[in-house]
Amino acid sequence: MSQEEHFAVRPIAHLARLELSEAQLAEYSVQLDHILGYVAKLDALDVTGVEPLAHPNPVYDVTREDATRPGLTVDLALLNAPRAAQNQFSVPKVVE
Amino acid sequence: MAPLHASDISTLRLRLASGEISPQDIVQSLHQEIASRDAEIGGYLHFNLEAALEAASKADLSLPLGGIPIAIKDNINVAGQPTTCASKILAGHYTSPYDATVVTRLRAAGAIPFGKTNMDEFAMGSSTENSTLKVTRNPRDLGRVPGGSSGGSAAVVAADLAIAALGSDTGGSIRQPASLCGCVGLKPSYGRVSRYGLVAYASSLDQIGPLTKNVTDAALILQAISGGDDRDSTSLPDPAPDFSKELNHGVKGMKIGLPKEYFVDGMDPEVRASVERGVQLLADQGAEIIPISMPHTEYAVATYYIIATAEASANLARFDGVRFGHRCADPQNMIDLYSRSRAEGFGPEVQRRIILGTYVLSAGFYDAFYLKGQKVRNLIQQDFAKAFSQVDLIVGPTCPSPAFKFGEKSSDPLTMYLEDIFTIAANLAGVCGISLPCGWTASQTERLALPIGLQLLGPSLGEARLLRAARACEQAIAFPAQPR
Repeated sequence: MSQEEHFAVRPIAHLARLELSEAQLAEYSVQLDHILGYVAKLDALDVTGVEPLAHPNPVYDVTREDATRPGLTVDLALLNAPRAAQNQFSVPKVVE
Repeated sequence: MAPLHASDISTLRLRLASGEISPQDIVQSLHQEIASRDAEIGGYLHFNLEAALEAASKADLSLPLGGIPIAIKDNINVAGQPTTCASKILAGHYTSPYDATVVTRLRAAGAIPFGKTNMDEFAMGSSTENSTLKVTRNPRDLGRVPGGSSGGSAAVVAADLAIAALGSDTGGSIRQPASLCGCVGLKPSYGRVSRYGLVAYASSLDQIGPLTKNVTDAALILQAISGGDDRDSTSLPDPAPDFSKELNHGVKGMKIGLPKEYFVDGMDPEVRASVERGVQLLADQGAEIIPISMPHTEYAVATYYIIATAEASANLARFDGVRFGHRCADPQNMIDLYSRSRAEGFGPEVQRRIILGTYVLSAGFYDAFYLKGQKVRNLIQQDFAKAFSQVDLIVGPTCPSPAFKFGEKSSDPLTMYLEDIFTIAANLAGVCGISLPCGWTASQTERLALPIGLQLLGPSLGEARLLRAARACEQAIAFPAQPR
């Protein structure tokens, strides 16, 4: 669990789609360094042969009947849209 | 007789049944109390009196929670009302188009959703100081935090500004504020209660549960909200037993484990003494106290901050400025729209956790962090499996110390994370837990007496026994009013 001397926030913030200021990048870098330093205590633990656990209960492949049932109306689905047009969510142009 | 707003559910149900009071009387009593005292406490983000009075006028008193108003944490959808998660990304930008399943079930049981309570932004925090909308104060000492993330729910129940409330618990967010405010907080087993309509933080850990004035009320609310839901594929189909039926049967013959790792060096001596007294009272009632070990306890917080942040980074991707929530001005393209909307809308703790979660899932780091975290999670679950092969329940403190001052832990995120050291493992393992008040610290100069919480943990779907032991403990402790 090696780590950089100072956590490089900028590329991760880009992946997470967060446009941060220089001050925020610097502040989070120090704090995340500190947190990862704490997380490194897991290095002391040998987990050879231990299965990863993603979910507390052994529940798999939950299905339900493939039948229509009431859902949100178009009006309700668009109720909170920052911008909507023609019964759709409106966003900046994606394809030139 | 206690005023309506300060009464518990059972008392109100009796008075409603006798026709002496109406559900509208209860709503009005709460509303008056909120109007006069919530400016000081700051527990509520919003409430809709009209909707509550309307529901009160139609309440079916024959139902188990008929006519009882219940406050709802503001990360749970109530149709027609705002859901903010105490975040600027949602405040003023979101009206719930539907009811969460727990709200549907509360209504079906006759209850009246009334008021949305403050919280740490997106349930990330242990003091409610991460709310971007309001400060919530601990009703027992206004200079101290109420805990979190369900700090608003705990504060309004403890301050008698609510009869009861719903919260959500991802790493202790029901039990820790209940402990710090001096009320009862129950985290059900993972899958016991549907999460449909709860704004997801960490989906393999989140669970909705009640905060109440006593254990009996917690059992009543759990009864109403439990059970499988095909809108949440992680909810378990197992039917809920009658949680009230054996509530008063006591702990005689129960085996209760005392993990040595839950009584650590450096814990507050008054917390230790008070919890140890609670354990002695359980023994006096006939429980057999058995020393046990949970060897991976010390790794729980580190494991949690890998798994919870990884899941949060995926869950909070939905806040992208497209379908709901804040959108930045004049976006130039999609990346710009996402990146500025999210930077403007999320507060610092949420941003930190999204970045940490993105990092632990990123190429080259996944195995070292996320996969390792999942393996340690398995070891933590095995600790519980081993413990519950020897004992029926586990007992210990809810928190290492009583309520702290504003700003005392907020400058260093890691210090705040360690607040959840005794609660977090239960979420990783998926077991159930409850915090109940077990005593007060001595009052000091410049510090009032503060409540101390005792935690009981039970195996997955073991709430009936958990509640029964909690009830026995509550009766033996007879938690007194705050010493002055």
